[in-house]
Amino acid sequence: MPRVIRVELPAHLRTLAQVDRELTVEVAGEVTQRSVLDALENRYPALRGTIRDHATLQRRPFLRFFACEQDLSLESPDAALPEPVASGREPFLIIGAVAGGQGP
Amino acid sequence: MGSVRVLIGTRKGAFVATADGKRQKWNLAGPFFGGWEIYHVKGSPADPNRLYASQTSGWFGQVIQRSSDGGKTWEIPGTGAGLAPMQMPSGSSNKFTYDTSEQTGKPLTTHQWYDGTQHPWEFKRVWHLEPSLTDPETVYAGVEDAALFRSSDGGQSWHELPGLRGHSSGPMWQPGAGGMGLHTIILDPRNPRRIYIAISAAGAFRTDDGGATWKPINKGLYSRYIPNPTAEVGHCVHHIAAHPSRPDVLFMQKHWDVMRSDDAGDNWHEVSGNLPTDFGFVIDVHAHEPETIYVVPIKSDGEHYPPDGKLRVFRSRSGGNEWEELSKGLPENNCFVDVLRDAMAVDRLDDCGIYFGTTGGAVYCSANSGDSWAPIAEHLPAVLSVEVQTLS
Repeated sequence: MPRVIRVELPAHLRTLAQVDRELTVEVAGEVTQRSVLDALENRYPALRGTIRDHATLQRRPFLRFFACEQDLSLESPDAALPEPVASGREPFLIIGAVAGGQGP
Repeated sequence: MGSVRVLIGTRKGAFVATADGKRQKWNLAGPFFGGWEIYHVKGSPADPNRLYASQTSGWFGQVIQRSSDGGKTWEIPGTGAGLAPMQMPSGSSNKFTYDTSEQTGKPLTTHQWYDGTQHPWEFKRVWHLEPSLTDPETVYAGVEDAALFRSSDGGQSWHELPGLRGHSSGPMWQPGAGGMGLHTIILDPRNPRRIYIAISAAGAFRTDDGGATWKPINKGLYSRYIPNPTAEVGHCVHHIAAHPSRPDVLFMQKHWDVMRSDDAGDNWHEVSGNLPTDFGFVIDVHAHEPETIYVVPIKSDGEHYPPDGKLRVFRSRSGGNEWEELSKGLPENNCFVDVLRDAMAVDRLDDCGIYFGTTGGAVYCSANSGDSWAPIAEHLPAVLSVEVQTLS
């Protein structure tokens, strides 16, 4: 039975994916950063490359992953996400870092 | 009479300005992609309704946008709109992966870093999009770190032309202050196998075999900021322009020095002449007078604003060396903006229009070859690029 995961995106990615502040994705199997992001990118292909690097699948440096008042950015992408996220009670937050951006 | 459509890329979105052939009253649409850096927007010469835009962000990376109705609506190629039934979107239009395959000779994967050490090639953004002269679905992308990519499916997928990055001089290329970007792409209208490109700070290169192999074309350039000022590569070329009727004649604004080549880049000579300063970024050629060229002198590489706080375009009607100041209608004092390398364009109406944009958010148009200027818009975000389409 797939799990329904709540995900919150930063404003610019909501515009890109044409979604509201919070969206849901279905994840079959274990709920991890990787499985959630795989499901998210599968449903919204415009987001591919914007959260994780296309080639390495590493988190982009100016993005952070929060949930349940914890910073999960440095956790393994294959570690289980907190139970409240897996059960849909709490959202998985994708946040633009306060610093960032680069000009020519 | 015709009309024009001006495509403006800014630090915080894209804008599209339109006017009839008089170019006096403008309609400005946008911002499109508000909040994102739009490095470049350019239309297809083969289908003026087909536009491509480079949308980029330090947070979220690279996105390619495409319009099929002249900029009214946009889509990310391959992510839904226009797909056949049962065709899955790929999301690969944002994917620029350097080609390191055995089949293409595993191009070298490091270049020179600011401190002189070797540094891996890392994709950062698309600086310039150059649509094919004949096929609306084919478009070239010049990227940072410097490489040339091509899409032949309307921007849905991108493939590197690895012969350029694989040139033996690759490890000696280094980033300019703004990064190691491939910013100039000139497609030869007479010879589809000839392409010119330029990289900051590597220099200019030419292919005569459709992109398989490349030759540095920097003979005659002199750059004090590299160990050997006349080296084959390492020059910070800011922009190159050519007239379509004479693609062997090239005009270059280098970091310092305005240069000219009459033999497809094989040899260059300086034509800075009486310019107040020969530092600058933009250079362009009049649509109907191949010996009439335009630059915007900037005070120095440390002071990126016009000399004396006075914004001026300089025009040479002799292909360089003799320059005249054009300032009617431009700010005459307290102006401390820059004009970046892709922020000048010319239209092809009978009375040639000249356009440029500033980091202060103004875009100016001259409808009389530069004799006088008027703003199209004055309070946009910092302008990164200006292109113009001449519509019938």
